[in-house]
Amino acid sequence: MNYFIQQLINGVTLGAIYGLIAIGYTMVYGIIGMINFAHGDVYMIGAFISLIGFLLMGVLGVGYLPLALFVVLLLSMALTAVYGWAVERIAYRPLRGSFKLAPLISAIGMSIVLENYVQVTQGAQVKPLPPLVHGGIQLSAANADYHVTLSYLQIVIVLITVGLMAGFTYVITRTPLGRAQRATEQDMTMAALLGIDVDRVVSTTFVLGAAMAAVAGLMVTLYYGVIDFYIGFIAGMKAFTAAVLGGIGSLPGAMLGGLLIGLIEAFWSAYFSIEYKDVAAFSILVLVLIFRPTGLLGRPEIEKV
Amino acid sequence: MLKDALAAAAVAALLALPLLGFRLTDSQQGLKLDYRFAWIGYAAAAVFFGRLAVTLAAMALSRTTRGRRQILPSLAVQPSRIRKTAGWLMVAAALLLPWAPFADRNLVDKATLLLIYVMLGWGLNIVVGLAGLLDLGYVAFYAVGAYSYAILSQTFGLSFWICLPFAGALAASFGILLGFPVLRLRGDYLAIVTLGFGEIVRVVLLNWQELTNGPNGIAGIQRPSFFGLPFLAHVAGKTTFHEFFGLPFSPGHRILFLYYVILVLALATNLFTLRIRRLPIGRAWEALREDEIACRSLGINPTATKLSAFALGAMFAGFAGSFFATRQGFISPESFTFIESAIILAIVVLGGMGSQIGIVLAAILLVGLPEWFRDLQQYRMLAFGGAMVLIMLWRPRGLLASREPTIRLTAESPPGMPEPAGEAAR
Repeated sequence: MNYFIQQLINGVTLGAIYGLIAIGYTMVYGIIGMINFAHGDVYMIGAFISLIGFLLMGVLGVGYLPLALFVVLLLSMALTAVYGWAVERIAYRPLRGSFKLAPLISAIGMSIVLENYVQVTQGAQVKPLPPLVHGGIQLSAANADYHVTLSYLQIVIVLITVGLMAGFTYVITRTPLGRAQRATEQDMTMAALLGIDVDRVVSTTFVLGAAMAAVAGLMVTLYYGVIDFYIGFIAGMKAFTAAVLGGIGSLPGAMLGGLLIGLIEAFWSAYFSIEYKDVAAFSILVLVLIFRPTGLLGRPEIEKV
Repeated sequence: MLKDALAAAAVAALLALPLLGFRLTDSQQGLKLDYRFAWIGYAAAAVFFGRLAVTLAAMALSRTTRGRRQILPSLAVQPSRIRKTAGWLMVAAALLLPWAPFADRNLVDKATLLLIYVMLGWGLNIVVGLAGLLDLGYVAFYAVGAYSYAILSQTFGLSFWICLPFAGALAASFGILLGFPVLRLRGDYLAIVTLGFGEIVRVVLLNWQELTNGPNGIAGIQRPSFFGLPFLAHVAGKTTFHEFFGLPFSPGHRILFLYYVILVLALATNLFTLRIRRLPIGRAWEALREDEIACRSLGINPTATKLSAFALGAMFAGFAGSFFATRQGFISPESFTFIESAIILAIVVLGGMGSQIGIVLAAILLVGLPEWFRDLQQYRMLAFGGAMVLIMLWRPRGLLASREPTIRLTAESPPGMPEPAGEAAR
């Protein structure tokens, strides 16, 4: 039972990270109907910027941990957002409204570029970071044979995620920016006719998605303590699976999907085999698409001739 | 214009700041930061002048475009004859390549690798170009072909030519296996599921120790023989190739033989595609690509049509896979990563979907050229990705984009039928 609870905690933490990446996929897909293949790599860049940020904090002598965390969070979100913006501006905007496969190919190209750019500039070795946030709360009785711990880091991760999600939902549902975004999602031409600067809305979407991915990157750096230039691919795949599972284009769906994928992965590695955990995530993607192609919270798509 | 370039340079400086300006290096106490702020300046300067040059070039071009616009369609009127001639010229060049004065072992070896990609491109073209099913996991079938040859020849001692059909059939059945669950999906969803499928196959190859030897791969795969005559200096109790033909022994014979084998295999793929486009099944693929609902209402069975496209495309990947295994003599899951699928898909799309010659050009551009720059290992993939983006921006529909109508109704068409426009099938 204790083992189960521990896996539940781990799964929720993992799910929060996947959910944050999934938001970027789901928003971009909702608005321009393409898979932003480079999003996983934007997340990887976020992780690298966070790692560099932490080391920089060490050099500058910022010893107070919450302050350092906050500064690095802002830094990483801002700089990664520039990457998200640049990717859209260079590789996707010129191809908008062109042949359907073209943006997908340039997205794959962009993903290769980002991966190799980081490999060339930062080296191919795995980058370790010693744990910064120590300690946790012991949840099980002192005499239990398996101890359940809820680490402070896990609490921080879940809290930040919940906070960001709340803020994000507010932006989308209540502000003019969110209204413009939803309008563009429904009908790009009509939105443009009504005076919405569509290009700007799409850019903002990429910027917001990249900032979310940067937070996920920061959390992964802290949580696992190792990153390399290749982490974007698998994480991106799983986050996309999460977005599809929750219903692509739906924000709560992305979060729910992320949570489910995190839980599935944690339990699969705990009870079956750790080697096949990636297979589990992909198999679930296939099953969802066969039996419920619109995802859990998605709207059914009406096919017109 | 200057302002625009300055803005671009500012963004470049921001982009370069974290990842170019700092470098993570290992030291005794864990990670350490190195500084190289000069690089930010280089990056910003490069972007500034690059952007300026692009803007100037675009301005210069826009003055002449008006004339160009009119010329392009008139060139496109008669592409079929030009292409046919170009096609035959290419075949002739490929046949004669090993005998050219500048050809050495290295060149022929590289050409062999290039032809593998051409063949894979032609195979994937059936799925993506003709049937319009976006497949990002094509490398899975290539892997199935390679592993089935390796395992069959090692456990049963079968020769390459006997294994080839088995490898093709096995890959084709994997194609159907993938095809069934994804029948209802389209576009990007299909792409992501096929990508997942490719990853599943790779992870299984990596972890199924008993069958595939896991990450260590399979070594010592039987090398090809010339219809039973091995390409070796001397084999006890057997006539070798050079003994049979009375030639002096040369390791180049095998490379030459391999080159012609893959050339024949690739040309067979090409011929198959060209012929099947004229059969009802081929037309059904193209119709399905254009409009699935219209297809259904005309009585075309989408299930059978899609599955056959997946199966046939996979079969050719299986053939190419067994060839790859026999050429390398060693295979491991490393050779079948997602990046290979991406390269093959990029070849098909960059070539201009459905264009057979375009695929050859794209393969030369994407696989051939980087091969020459092997020394620049690290920057090779960077340039490769950049080229993918740039070519897409330059020609979103691919290098040779104009699509040939599969059937042209000519003057002999039944009376009363209007002469259709040449571009009707677009």
